[in-house]
Amino acid sequence: MADQTAGIEQGGIKAFRKGPDLFRVLCWVASAATVATLAWIIVEITHQSWPAIRESGLGFLFGDKWIPNRGIFGVLPFLIGTAVSSLIALLFALPLGLAIAIFLSEDFLPLPIRQAIRFTVEMLAAIPSVVYGLWGIAVVIPLVQIFGSWAVVAFENIPVLNTLFAPPAYGNSMLTASLVLALMILPTITAISRTALVAVPGTLREGAYALGATRWEAILGVIVPTAAPGIVAATILALGRAMGETMAIAMLIGNSSRLTSSLLAPAGTLAGLLANQFGEAEGMQVSSLMYAALLLVAMTLLVNMAGEFVLRYTQKRTAGIR
Amino acid sequence: MSSAIATPEKPVHKDFFHKAREARSGFRSLVNRVLSVLCVTLAFLALIPLLSIIFLVLKKGLPLLNWSVFTELPPAAGQVGGGFGNAVVGTLLMVGVALVLATPFGILSAIYVNEYAPYSRLANAVRFVAKLLTGIPSIICGVFAYAVIVLTTGGFSAWAGGFALAILILPTILLTAEQALIGVSKAYREASYGLGATNFQTIWRIVLPDALPAMMTGIMLAVARAAGETAPLIFTALFSQYWIQSLKEPTASLSVLIYNFSTVPFPHQIQMAWTASLVLVILVTIANISAQIVFRKK
Repeated sequence: MADQTAGIEQGGIKAFRKGPDLFRVLCWVASAATVATLAWIIVEITHQSWPAIRESGLGFLFGDKWIPNRGIFGVLPFLIGTAVSSLIALLFALPLGLAIAIFLSEDFLPLPIRQAIRFTVEMLAAIPSVVYGLWGIAVVIPLVQIFGSWAVVAFENIPVLNTLFAPPAYGNSMLTASLVLALMILPTITAISRTALVAVPGTLREGAYALGATRWEAILGVIVPTAAPGIVAATILALGRAMGETMAIAMLIGNSSRLTSSLLAPAGTLAGLLANQFGEAEGMQVSSLMYAALLLVAMTLLVNMAGEFVLRYTQKRTAGIR
Repeated sequence: MSSAIATPEKPVHKDFFHKAREARSGFRSLVNRVLSVLCVTLAFLALIPLLSIIFLVLKKGLPLLNWSVFTELPPAAGQVGGGFGNAVVGTLLMVGVALVLATPFGILSAIYVNEYAPYSRLANAVRFVAKLLTGIPSIICGVFAYAVIVLTTGGFSAWAGGFALAILILPTILLTAEQALIGVSKAYREASYGLGATNFQTIWRIVLPDALPAMMTGIMLAVARAAGETAPLIFTALFSQYWIQSLKEPTASLSVLIYNFSTVPFPHQIQMAWTASLVLVILVTIANISAQIVFRKK
């Protein structure tokens, strides 16, 4: 309805705009090209992966072996690796990111300090992925090795934990990659959650305080629940980022196609697989990698669409509260 | 008698609940305080990795940083000395190619979306696609460029790398340009139409000049993003040991150099990777800061 009236208003102004407008056509072409780009990406990758799709079909998704020189292409270890690394990263990044978002939207400390922290988190987003990888090799891998060799002994007789932290403990492992990934998605979670928290009307907080709530009763009972859809959107969009993150993972995860339950063992992700093998791939391997790329596109598109829709719903809802 | 018994009991009764209430409020404020401390601690915890990264990049990158790294070629395996001049040139060149390819499409689309037909189906599609494109993994841009350019021309090239980066930064440029146009006061447009200007005149001479600083911010952010990316380049531009001769050949870039050198067993190469990281971080930071400065001027 609002759009319609605005459209009429726009039409009203349009009546003044006369003359043949080549520029308009140019802009239209650019817009159409932008939309077509996404379609082109999907069509081109599908086209290139067609031989692999025809040969292995859905079996590609469930094959647990990737041996290019014997022509065996199964992407299951990488699908699982992508999912597990992203979820572990979320597990670490969500509480931390939410805490920072709350910290930034509350007045625990004076504004300059909060701005400094906000700047710091934004800096995290600006550091190139490959530098995270280099730093991970120098710092996180040794730390995980120390933790790992302790963990395999300490958790030896505890069920579940002894499968998650099974020996031998490697440095290039799922755990290392997930930890660095958590750091890389932290800015996304913080920024979107903070926007959602700041958008909660002050009257709700005042109401909670008037009923005698303490600061944290107001935060956890009123403000966070009101901002929840925004926080959910932040989580989903961060998940999308985590699934597509490539370089740092390729440098840290060990790039193994062996399926294992241990977080201390090397693993692989779809993006890491592409980064490692595309340069030297030939024939069926190229096609299979394209198939893997297609799966990655499908997964990230779905996740991002979900995130966008939740975000839109959030904006509408917040507008409703006001 | 009965009242005599009741009287001493009553305060006891009251006292019990009072104490309980007091204890509960003490507990509540304790929880409140603990959570506040926890929250602030976690926020400061985020500083540690960033400081660690900056500290290490400076500590390991500074020793080799001198003028010759910008003028010499990368050292061969096991060799000492050399630099990454060709990688700096390659990075700048491919970011340039990406800008030349993506900026017209980004800005013209933004103009269509915000000036010509803001409520049209195409405009909504453009906005939605731009959002989705921001979410596409950067390596997919590389895969796409590989399929479109490397496979058809038969070789790795700076063109392919620049094209991959262009796809990557297109949504950034488009969305920031749209925000820049939204920021232009409606009164300017109305005044322009009121003076009898055509659509094109209004956009070209009134709206665009006013939106330009904010658009530059978006372009600088795109530069920062493209310069730091590795994934779109590793199998499109690949790498080269030599100075670039033409856009049609494999081209070195800082980020791919860091990636290649990070996994070799030679300490000198690894140190050179840190120096390249330092240069790359400085480059990206300059782009980011200049984006902020351009924006503040407006």
